[in-house]
Amino acid sequence: MNEHLIVRVITKLLVPFILLFALYVQMHGDFGPGGGFQAGVIFATGFIVYAIVFGVNRTIRVMPPNVLMAMVALGVVLYAGVGFATMAAGGDFLGYGAFDAHDPAHGQHLGILLVELGVGITVAGVMLTIFLTFAERRRS
Amino acid sequence: MERLHLVLPVVLLIALALAILRLRNLLAIAILSGVYSLVMALIFTILDAVDVAFTEAAVGAGITLTLMLAALSLTTRYEARKAPEMIRRSVALVVACTIAIALGYAMFSLPNLGDATAQIHEHVAPRYIAMAQADTGVPNIVTAVLASYRGYDTLGETTVIFTAGIAVMALLWRWRTERS
Repeated sequence: MNEHLIVRVITKLLVPFILLFALYVQMHGDFGPGGGFQAGVIFATGFIVYAIVFGVNRTIRVMPPNVLMAMVALGVVLYAGVGFATMAAGGDFLGYGAFDAHDPAHGQHLGILLVELGVGITVAGVMLTIFLTFAERRRS
Repeated sequence: MERLHLVLPVVLLIALALAILRLRNLLAIAILSGVYSLVMALIFTILDAVDVAFTEAAVGAGITLTLMLAALSLTTRYEARKAPEMIRRSVALVVACTIAIALGYAMFSLPNLGDATAQIHEHVAPRYIAMAQADTGVPNIVTAVLASYRGYDTLGETTVIFTAGIAVMALLWRWRTERS
């Protein structure tokens, strides 16, 4: 689709806003609808649109395979890591209240943000990996 | 009568399902299932389940459709047409009718849509609704339930996604070998 000028220009305009919206959904999931899962999917969509228009090669240059692989693992590690951190702080596994001994609700809020971030990173990484792996097979 | 605004989307769903059954063009089927997900998202919005609607629209209509199209680009556009076998078809008909009757029968023991006194709404839900804000400081109860009260489940779900990613990498990944 590289030869369509309008599609290329509009895609370049859209991608930053798609990524920004993903970050909004990620960080605002505790107040409005949304959360890590939806944010991860939207974040991946930004890169997928780019890959459809500009090709897999250029997308891999922005998002190299080793970065993708790290993302896939990092989210789960972050999620489980929060669980171990709460245990180290003297609470139960994933009992975020232990983060703040004086105000458990504050600790809960922090824990939920971190955990949702973990979900978002893994979902974005996996969705991108699946799409790029399929698209890459098509290329050759 | 107050469910009248659900009639149109549900009729649309049935029409879409029938169209998907009849079609042989896989591209059209993938796109129609995306439309099906969008109508489902509409129904969830009407039922005030915005978080579920958001997920359905983003995952069902957005990413699933894209992944389907990516998978379709690796295979053919049309489903192969096989000559119908009478015995197989009649067995399938009997099985389908039995399941339909069983599901129809089971439907009568379901609670009414939006019934506040249904069993499922009287277990832990009242506690979540009363205490979520004080417990977690998060105004969106869905997020509080998902990430905190049911944190183990969500960790499991994330691990499932992780496993799917690893599986696709293990089976299809070949970026590394190509470079060397």
